[in-house]
Amino acid sequence: MSKEQARTAPEADEESTTGDIETGADAVVRALENAGVEHLFGVQGGAIMPVYDSLYYSDMTHVTMAHEQGAAHAADAYGIVSGDPGVCMATSGPGATNLVTGIADASMDSDPLIALTGQVPTEFVGNDAFQETDTIGVTAPITKANTFADDAGTVGTDVGTAFALAESGRQGPTLVDLPKDVTSDPTTQDPGAPTLPETYNPPETANPDAVSDAADVLAAAEKPVILAGGGVIKAEASDELRRFAKEHEIPVITTMPGTGSFPEDHELSLEIAGMHGTGYANMAITVTDCMLAIGTRFDDRLTGGVETFAPDADIIHVDIDPAEISKNIEADHPLIGDAKAVLDQLADAMVHSPSTDAWLEQCEMWTEEYPMDYAAPEDDPVKPQYVVEVFDEMTDDDTVVTTGVGQHQMWAWQYWTWTEPRTWVTSHGLGTMGYGLPSAIGAKFAAPDRDVVCFDGDGSFLMTCQELSVAVRENLDIVIVILNNDAIGMVRQWQDAFFGERHMASEYPWIPEFDTLAEAFGARGFRLDTYDEVENVVEDALEYDGPSVVDVHIDPDENVYPMVPSGGDNGLFALTEGQL
Amino acid sequence: MSRRQDVRRTGLEGPPPEERTRPVGRRNSQGIRIDPEIEAEHEPRRTTISAYVKDEPGVLARVSGLFHRRQFNIESLTVGPTQNEGYSRITLVVEEPDPGIDQAKKQLNKLVPVIHVRELDGNPVAVELVILKVDGDEPDKVQAITEMYGGQTLDAGPRTITVQITGSESEIDDAIDAYKQFGIREIARTGQAALARGEAETARVEEKHT
Repeated sequence: MSKEQARTAPEADEESTTGDIETGADAVVRALENAGVEHLFGVQGGAIMPVYDSLYYSDMTHVTMAHEQGAAHAADAYGIVSGDPGVCMATSGPGATNLVTGIADASMDSDPLIALTGQVPTEFVGNDAFQETDTIGVTAPITKANTFADDAGTVGTDVGTAFALAESGRQGPTLVDLPKDVTSDPTTQDPGAPTLPETYNPPETANPDAVSDAADVLAAAEKPVILAGGGVIKAEASDELRRFAKEHEIPVITTMPGTGSFPEDHELSLEIAGMHGTGYANMAITVTDCMLAIGTRFDDRLTGGVETFAPDADIIHVDIDPAEISKNIEADHPLIGDAKAVLDQLADAMVHSPSTDAWLEQCEMWTEEYPMDYAAPEDDPVKPQYVVEVFDEMTDDDTVVTTGVGQHQMWAWQYWTWTEPRTWVTSHGLGTMGYGLPSAIGAKFAAPDRDVVCFDGDGSFLMTCQELSVAVRENLDIVIVILNNDAIGMVRQWQDAFFGERHMASEYPWIPEFDTLAEAFGARGFRLDTYDEVENVVEDALEYDGPSVVDVHIDPDENVYPMVPSGGDNGLFALTEGQL
Repeated sequence: MSRRQDVRRTGLEGPPPEERTRPVGRRNSQGIRIDPEIEAEHEPRRTTISAYVKDEPGVLARVSGLFHRRQFNIESLTVGPTQNEGYSRITLVVEEPDPGIDQAKKQLNKLVPVIHVRELDGNPVAVELVILKVDGDEPDKVQAITEMYGGQTLDAGPRTITVQITGSESEIDDAIDAYKQFGIREIARTGQAALARGEAETARVEEKHT
């Protein structure tokens, strides 16, 4: 019987038992269906086979990835773009350990992700059985919660709870470890809808007195800024942020995960801050006297050295996780709650707006003094920033951009004009090279009607390029743009600046021809060497109905600026290597 | 999308660092705004944290893993059942500056099986236990020391005497010093167990506190 026949069989015969819950695996699948899951990303294997067998009859779409790391990244990106938790699955042992990088990535970025891992049968656990790994132990520090399912009767609710935890409060990855006997054992228990454990009660609104005090401080500020973090997007608070900033004429700076929460083409936008943020944003966050920071954990790539981070500012810190308050930067006014709810509270509590005319004028002066105006030569080779800008011009505002990690990621972040939330999909906290292609696959399943462009580096692409087979098999209309400089470029940039130009293990004496490699996978391959070809090739790649790879041989001497050295002073960002 | 004519190797234009507006303030390494003249940092202090937790598999591993991963300096950790079946109390003695103690409490509270966390500041009822095995050459003297510290002899033989002492951390330290003269063969020492003094609640048992 073909799979199609099997799927239609139950409709033909109402009495069929198909669809009833008979085993623990059926309960796992039902729990996912009850949670509204539509897509799963995974790789088959011994210990997870009962769950896959139950999926055979489900309407959910399972996407087989080439490697479990790809499954985790795809599910992670699916969660970022759709706002609903992504689900990845793998077998025990190497399947589970291959997920680890993707789970850690989701953990650092507070992305809602559910990982389901097979496990050896309960009676073998602890015996070093074939493909046994202590998955619970390995993933404990990188999950919000993880559970070893020990009973077929409750395994479905374990999965439901994992789902509820992943998407509630401060979002994050959860994992359920599924021993093969537990998923094979009989049960008829329907797990019902996902439910949070009784012990988990995330905060909603902030203390009204604290909100009122914070509003007074903000209204009295002379040089206020809003620092919008990833929490704004996670809380679906971009509209509230936009209203609030415009109403009170306060300039907005976004962190890397917060990028897209406020439109960069608006006059109040100072764009992006931190190690490779814009000069004007870094000036503003350094000299501000009041910072409304929303949903950010003050990562070191944002703050630089904490001694010099906004040292004159009263910090109003809105966060759903109390543990983020004063973890890295002391909060003068902690507002613990959901960003959307707290922004509403703050909007109501603002008696008047701060007088920001002079401050806005100062910020405007900085944007003129420190333009993001890269020096593009008339002659080839092509500058990477230009390629990013051309793609931006030739695609819609709702285009999803994914990246690997390195120089290409920074150029994409700096030179794309971000206007919408959930369009910027990258590995922020963990800095996972290889994230770009699998996340583009997950993003495309979440947003099938939108353009998906992956900017990748040659080094990053080589780490997960096998996932191109998935993009071809699923005929995904995505474009992978490799900004190829024959090097692990960001490492080489640091070697130039801090390691006496000794290019140890950062340059490739030889790398594959990526356009040819793409064709071998069955994708469309393009190579781009000159300015004259850029617009045509970009157009062809975007028009091609299926996955395409554009191998752009960029100026290998181009580095990423501005740059604040690690632990440095944001206000002293370097514009050239000589200033480092 | 303008392609400029001037060719430079790489980099951007603008006033160099030394020409920029500078803030006047400064923070310390803990991210706290300070008077630039005084580089004040919080000094570490020792305190007891009590956590009321759901007694599920792995909860102890989770707590100890958390303290290791976040580099909280932990002096002792004890765990045991409570009057409520299915719930345990974990008592931690930590030595950290105030911001570290604050973080330890918050991070502990984030763990899903942790119901409630409280720092037992002030003067909690706190006690630990030590079992010492010493040489048995001078049984009378050993007995005298044991009585002095309100301890008990658990085992006495021709060659060794094993005693138990309970008390505060410093009392136990003193007792161990006193036994040294006999030749200590082995020591087994628990960490601190503690409850808030008087009517004060050690940890709320009904609801998760955020």
